[in-house]
Amino acid sequence: MTTAPLVRVRNLKKHFPIRKGLIFNRKVGAVKAVDGISFDIRKGETLGVVGESGCGKSTTGRAILHLERPTAGQVIIDGKELTKMTQKEIRKIRPEMQMIFQDSYASFNPRHSIGNIIAEPMQIHTDMDGTKRRARVMELLELVGLNSSHYTRFPHEFSGGQRQRINIARALSLNPKFVVCDEPISALDVSIQAQVINLFEDLQKELGLTYMFIAHDLSMVQYLSDRVAVMYLGKIVELTTRDRLFSCPLHPYTQSLLSAIPIPDPIEERKRKRILLNDEVPSPANPPAGCVFNTRCPIAGPECVAPPEARELYEDHVVVCHKADKKGGSLIPDPE
Amino acid sequence: MTMILEDITPVKKILGVQNLITRFYTFDGIVNALSGVSFHLNQGETLGVVGESGSGKSVTMMSLLHLLPVPPARIEGGQAMYYGERDPVDLLKLNKSCISRIRGNHIGFIFQDALSALNPVMTVGNQIGETLIEHLGMSKAAARKRSIELLEYVGIPEPKKRAVSYPHEFSGGMRQRAMIALAIACEPTIIIADEPTTALDVTVQAQIIELVQRLKKEMDMSVIWITHDLGVVAGIADRVMVMYAGHVVETATVDDLFYQPSHPYTIKLLEALPKLGESVHNRLESIEGTPPDLLVRPSHCQFVWRCSLNQKQCWLGVPDNQQISPHHQAACFLDMAKEGV
Repeated sequence: MTTAPLVRVRNLKKHFPIRKGLIFNRKVGAVKAVDGISFDIRKGETLGVVGESGCGKSTTGRAILHLERPTAGQVIIDGKELTKMTQKEIRKIRPEMQMIFQDSYASFNPRHSIGNIIAEPMQIHTDMDGTKRRARVMELLELVGLNSSHYTRFPHEFSGGQRQRINIARALSLNPKFVVCDEPISALDVSIQAQVINLFEDLQKELGLTYMFIAHDLSMVQYLSDRVAVMYLGKIVELTTRDRLFSCPLHPYTQSLLSAIPIPDPIEERKRKRILLNDEVPSPANPPAGCVFNTRCPIAGPECVAPPEARELYEDHVVVCHKADKKGGSLIPDPE
Repeated sequence: MTMILEDITPVKKILGVQNLITRFYTFDGIVNALSGVSFHLNQGETLGVVGESGSGKSVTMMSLLHLLPVPPARIEGGQAMYYGERDPVDLLKLNKSCISRIRGNHIGFIFQDALSALNPVMTVGNQIGETLIEHLGMSKAAARKRSIELLEYVGIPEPKKRAVSYPHEFSGGMRQRAMIALAIACEPTIIIADEPTTALDVTVQAQIIELVQRLKKEMDMSVIWITHDLGVVAGIADRVMVMYAGHVVETATVDDLFYQPSHPYTIKLLEALPKLGESVHNRLESIEGTPPDLLVRPSHCQFVWRCSLNQKQCWLGVPDNQQISPHHQAACFLDMAKEGV
């Protein structure tokens, strides 16, 4: 599976300034939401991005699509370098890249009907006339499992799962190549999650979409992704294929993250040994020097005060850690 | 660690709820939040309560402790016997002063959103101290000392310093720990945890689960753990009750529930979960449709629209509980004695 990358991200940074003072409004620091990450997303694949809240996974998605201008770095989508474009030029290629947001209610205008909501991108970006747009909206409603009677209804009349379908229909209205899904299912109930996940999968097969799937629910990410990037405090700590990540994670953070996910199987749960991390994630405004994980890492050593390099230990398996080696397996010693 | 609930020692029932009915009177109509919920809690066990949003998990527990605003809520039937005192009492019949005595001393409540559950303009230490003074009649100095001990007990570093900080100065996990300290301040016999980890990250969730497990063992408490995460339930519960649209649809030991689920809803719910560590890519089983509108008073099985096995009789009445084995019940018309529904 070595298809050309559709999205190429190099050393992407997004810092949010912290300002203080009313009159002089000085910049006193920066929240380093995303701090120098690089990866590729291949055509037709799903890249899962996981991490805890505040690790910068949503900001990464937004920075790639230039919903927030990156502070530094390079983003190339389908051969076009977005980071060098003006706002106007980016707007022209927006149809190729779309985003699906977590809060399906907040991302709609509550006073617009569903028909208008889905048609709006076409109104802006294409020269379709009203009848054509209407026909396309009907087609899209059908595609995401709703029906034409929903055309004139309003967002509040729908359940969370249905609203997420409308969100998907809107994102697909311009035939994008690349879709960033920002926690699209975290607000949904389990039985509804499965419906939406299946829809994502069907659409990918049908339309050949490339997804970047941001989530904190690792089991869903495992289900949907081809490759997974694990983020911690604005950095990617491990990036590999789905199977490798879940069978032999190399980074200690990934290992503890995987051990912390509850498994819906009582016998498995009783057998498991959890790697409990101390404390909580440090503030991204003041990340630890060197390896960002060194304050919580159970195996941190003296070398960890220097920033680790990304090392490709196996084909398609990059890990950013001083201690990780080719042996794999659990780095973290048994507590007993 | 988990006890298998074979009757080696006779299990003592600590809470028994029968046919609890709670409705909300709103402008849109009457919301049938709970339509006859029955369950019990044994001494020293952890009961997991699972269900989708709106299934009535929280309303059940809040009804018991009179925590729902009246109006719009009204408890219209049922009884909830609490056996922790010398004489059993019906929680639903207690007056204001009696229930507030039960609330702190006997039943502790951990809420999902610690930030809105704690008083924002009062230091954490004072909030715990207030409970101690109110319920245990401690002096101010003793309460202060004890609240620092409690904070230390739940794993808050530098408890002396943290006791004088305000809730917003705590991180999410720490806040949840502080709330747990508050809930266990009077050493209750029952702890009701209402989705205490839903808003937390998985690594912090693991810490909180570990903490509650430890406290339960050390203080000999019974725990009711409300969650929508079946993974959490598998790890901590002895018995599980599954709720759907204001009904308890299945109650079983954790092993029975996961390995021999009986109710069609439970079966579908378990199939809808992606399995971690599964390399074969099976398509997820989804449950088509959405939960029913609770404004309509249930006259038949609430799951019938989404059930692939529905029969004529399912439309005619609300199913009763069927005893499948001593610790396993399901509310369904299908013959559960037959294997493999």
